[in-house]
Amino acid sequence: MSNTRTDAAEEHANESEREGESPGEREGRQERENAAELGAAGSQLSTAPREEALATLPAMGVIGWARWFWRQLTSMRVALILLFLLSLGAIPGSLIPQNSVDELKVQTFKEAHTTVTPLYEKLQFFDVYSSVWFSAIYILLFISLIGCIVPRTGQFIGQLGSRPPGAPKRLTRLPAYTTWRTDAAPEEVREAALAMMRKRRFRAHAVDDAVAAEKGYLREAGNLMFHVALIVMLVAFATGQLFKSEGGKLIVQGDGFSNTLTQYDDFKSGSLYDTDSLVPFSFTLDKFIGTYERNGPQIGTPRKYEAHVTYAEGAYGKPKKAVIKVNEPLVVDGSKVYLIGHGYAPVVSVKDGRGKEVYKTAVPLLPIDSNATSTGAIKVMDGYRDKNGKKDQLGFQAFFVPTFAGNGKGTMFSQFPAADFPVLALNGYHGSLGVDSGLPQNVYQLNTSKMKAFKDGKGDKLKQRLLPGETMKLPDGAGSITFEGIEQWATFQISQQPASGWALTGAIGAIAGLAGSLFIQRRRVWVRAVRGADGVTVVEMAGLGRSESAKLPEELADLAVTLHDMAPTAPDEASAEAHSEEPAEGAEK
Amino acid sequence: MNLAAATNENLAHTSNVLIYSSMAVYTIAFFAHIAEWVFGSRSKVGRTAAALTGAGAAGSSPAKIQVQVAQQGGATAVLDRPKIITRSAAGSRDVPDGPGAAGGTFKGDLWGRIAVSMTVLAFLVQAAGVVARALSVQRAPWGNMYEFSITFSTVAVAAYLILLALKKNVRWMGLLLVTTVLLDLGIATTVLYTSSDQLVPALHSYWLWIHVSTAIICGAVFYIGAVGTLLYLFRDSYENKLANGTEPGSFAQSVLSRLPAAATLDKFSYRVNAAVFPLWTFTIIAGAIWAGDAWGRYWGWDPKEVWSFITWVAYACYLHARATAGWKGRKAAYLALIAFGCWLFNYYGVNIFVTGKHSYAGV
Ligand code: HEM
Repeated sequence: MSNTRTDAAEEHANESEREGESPGEREGRQERENAAELGAAGSQLSTAPREEALATLPAMGVIGWARWFWRQLTSMRVALILLFLLSLGAIPGSLIPQNSVDELKVQTFKEAHTTVTPLYEKLQFFDVYSSVWFSAIYILLFISLIGCIVPRTGQFIGQLGSRPPGAPKRLTRLPAYTTWRTDAAPEEVREAALAMMRKRRFRAHAVDDAVAAEKGYLREAGNLMFHVALIVMLVAFATGQLFKSEGGKLIVQGDGFSNTLTQYDDFKSGSLYDTDSLVPFSFTLDKFIGTYERNGPQIGTPRKYEAHVTYAEGAYGKPKKAVIKVNEPLVVDGSKVYLIGHGYAPVVSVKDGRGKEVYKTAVPLLPIDSNATSTGAIKVMDGYRDKNGKKDQLGFQAFFVPTFAGNGKGTMFSQFPAADFPVLALNGYHGSLGVDSGLPQNVYQLNTSKMKAFKDGKGDKLKQRLLPGETMKLPDGAGSITFEGIEQWATFQISQQPASGWALTGAIGAIAGLAGSLFIQRRRVWVRAVRGADGVTVVEMAGLGRSESAKLPEELADLAVTLHDMAPTAPDEASAEAHSEEPAEGAEK
Repeated sequence: MNLAAATNENLAHTSNVLIYSSMAVYTIAFFAHIAEWVFGSRSKVGRTAAALTGAGAAGSSPAKIQVQVAQQGGATAVLDRPKIITRSAAGSRDVPDGPGAAGGTFKGDLWGRIAVSMTVLAFLVQAAGVVARALSVQRAPWGNMYEFSITFSTVAVAAYLILLALKKNVRWMGLLLVTTVLLDLGIATTVLYTSSDQLVPALHSYWLWIHVSTAIICGAVFYIGAVGTLLYLFRDSYENKLANGTEPGSFAQSVLSRLPAAATLDKFSYRVNAAVFPLWTFTIIAGAIWAGDAWGRYWGWDPKEVWSFITWVAYACYLHARATAGWKGRKAAYLALIAFGCWLFNYYGVNIFVTGKHSYAGV
C-alpha cells in the first residue's frame, strides 16, 4: 500500500508541474493521451455520438448552416440542455393553477392576482403543458432524439456485423490487467483463450498474437430500446390527449344511462375529438352497496364500494352483469366507466291541496362530509295546485343524515356513513322556482328570491325532521310531503382515451431498455500470448469497459483463473511475481 | 370505545415509544461516530496529504507515471487468484482512498464499530416502531407525512446497512446519515406528527403498496447517492487544492483526507443513482397506472405528478451528463444534487405548499 501512495504523490507532483492548467483542461488532455494510447481498442464501444465543439463554425451557405444546425440539435450536449429546459419548464405549471386541472381555481387565482394575470396569460402560464413554448421544448427534444437514435441504430447494426478490434500494443495501459508466465505454447494459450471466451458467450476472434473478445451488446440494444420507447410513449400520450373524452353522470339506483352526449351531466374532450366516436353502450345501476368499518381507528372508512350494473354493448347488445368498484372500472370497447362517488337520494312524495299525489321521486342530495351528511333541494314544478286549485310551485330545502345522533344530542350532523338511523329535515317554500327564466339552475340549490316560506302555527319557518314513512303537513291545507324511503345514487365518469395501451407498452419497453442500458456492461477483453526472450510464454490479459466498472477486474480475474488452469504458471515463481508486481516499469522498458 | 380500538391505541402508543427509543439509540450512535472521527484525527492522518503535496515529488522522472493500484481480485481472495492490476480510466486523478473515519487508529476503529452496532440496534427498534404503527392503523405505514418520514429514514438506514453487509466501503457516510436520520425523526415527531388517521377510498389499492413503497426506496437510495455526491464535491475541491499546491484548512485536512478519493465517491454516487433510476421510472409508471384506475386518467399534470416528472428528467440529465465529455465531475454532481432537491421538494414542498389530488390525510 505504501508503494501506492508514493506513486500517487509522484503523479500529483507531475500534475502540479503543468501550471495554469485548469482541472477541465487536464481532464481533456488525459483523455486525449489515453485515446491515443488505446488506439482502436476503445473505439465503437458505444454508439454515443462524438462530442463536437459548439464553436466549430459551419461552412458558408444555407445547406452548411442547416447541417450545422442539425448536428447541434442532435448532439448530446443540446439534448442535455433541452432535457434541463424541459424540467425547468414544467415547474410553473405545478405552482400556478392550470385550466386543464381546475378551471375554477384558475378563475379564483385570476381574480385575486389582477396585476400578474395579463402577463401570465401572455406567457400561457395557465396552460403550461399545452403552451407553445413547452411544446417547442419537447418537440425539439424529440426531434433531437430521433436524430440521435437513427444514426446510432445504424451504427449499432454495423457493430453487430463487425469484430472486436485487435489488442492495443500496451495492455498495461488498460483499466484492468494481469499477466503470468507459463510453459504452455503461445498458440495453445490463444486457442484455449478463444475457446474459453466463446464458452462464456463473448464474441471472440484471434488477431495476430492475441485474442480479442467483446460482450454486453445488449447494453446498447437496451439503450436504443429505451429511447425508442420514449418516442412511443410521447406519441401515445399526445394521441390520448388529442382524442380523449371524459364525462360525468349521476345515476340513482334503478336508473340507466346510454352513452350519448345529451345524457351527460358534464363533458370535456380533446381538441381533435369527434362526438361520433362515442362508443355505443348503455347500463343501468341495479344496486349500490357501501359498507363501512364499524370498529377501530378506521371507523367510518369505506370497506366496500360496489356499483352493480347491467350493461349492454352496442345499440342492441345482450345485457350483461358487472360490478364496478373504486379503482376497478368497467371497460366497454375502450371506454372506461369509473365509480367516482356516491350518496343518498331520499324518495319523497308530495300531495297537493286537493290530496292528489303530484310528485314522487328519489331526489339525489350531495354529501358535505365524510359521514354523508347531505344537502339538496326538492323542486315540485308542475301539476301542483293549492287548495283553491290554483297552480303553484313548491320548493324544499333538504338536509339528510344517514345516521342521526338522536334528539337532544346537539348535532344535526351524521354520525356514520351507512343508513342506520336516517333522518330527513325539510323546510318548505312556495311561489316561483324561477326555472322558467331560461337561466341554467343548480338542481341542488333552491332560489328562494321569488318564494315565500311556509310558516308554522307560531309564525316561525316551517321545519320538520322526518323518519322514513313520516309526513310533514303543509299549513293551510297546502298539502303534504312524505319521506317514503331511501335510494342510493352513484356518480360515474365515462372516459375514452385512445392509445393508452401503447403508452403502457412504451412504458414497459422503457423500463426493460433502461435496465439493460444501466445494468449491463459492455466490455472487451484481450489475451495476448507471446514467447518471451527466454523462451517462456508470457500471457497478458486486459479488460476495458465503457465506464469504469467494479466488476471488470473481477471478471478478468475469473477469466484468468480459468485460463490459468490450462496454462499454469511456469515453475520460476519468483520472477513471475516480480513481473506482475511492477507492470508499469515492465511496460516502460 | 371497544376492545379493538383500545388495542390499536396501545399499538400506536407502543410505536411512538419505539420511535423515541430509536432516536435515543441513534443519538448514542451519533456520539460514537463523533468519537470515531475524533480518535481518528489523532492518527497520522496528514499522511496522505503530506505525501500528495510534497515529499515524494523529489525523485520523480519527468515522464508521466501512472499509478497502478495493485489489489487482490476481491475480498474473498483465493490463494491462487491472479493479481489484477487496476488503473482508473481516463480523466480521473489517481488518488488513493482515505483510511476512513477511524484513521487506522485502534480506538477510532473501536468507536466506529460501536457506532455501527448502535446504528443496527437503532434501526431494529425504529423498524419495529414502523411495523407497530402499520399494525395500529391496519394499513401500509405511509398514509401521511409523519408515517412517510419514519418509514423513509428506516429504509435509508436499511440501504446503508445492506451496503455495509455487502462489504462495500460505505462506513464514511455513517455520521452524516445518522445525523440526518435524527433530524428527520425530530421533524417527524414534532412538526409532522399525526395521530392514526384514515385513508380516503382512492388510496385503497394494491398500487398504494407498490407505488409508495418503491417511491420510498427510491428516495432513500437517492438520498444515499446525494450524500456521496456532496462529499465528493468537498473531497474534490480538497484534492484540487492539494494538486494546485494550496494548503487546505486544518479541519478539511483532517476530515476530508480520511474520506475515499473523489473518484471513488463520484463513482459510488453514480452507481447508486444509476441503479435506482429504473426503479424510479417504474414508480412513476406504477403511479400512472394507479391514477388511470382511480381517477380515470393516467397522467393529468397534478403537482405531484409534475414534480415526479421533473425529478425523473433531472436524474436523466445527470446520467446524460455523465455520458457526455465536459460535463463529468463537478457539473454532473451539481445536477445530481439538483435532482435530489427536486425529489425532496416533491415530497415536502408539494405536500405543504401546493394543493392537488395527492393531498390527503392532512399533512
Ligand atoms: C426524453 C429525453 C431523454 C431521456 C429521458 C434520456 C435518458 C437517457 C438515459 C437514462 C440514458 C442512460 C445513461 C447511462 O447509460 O448512463 C441515456 C443514454 C443516452 N442517451 Fe438519452 N435520453 C433522452 C434523450 C436523448 C437524446 C435527445 C439523445 C441524443 C442526442 C440521447 C442520447 C443518448 C446517448 C447517446 C446515450 C448513451 C450514453 C452511453 O452510452 O453511456 N438521449 N439517455
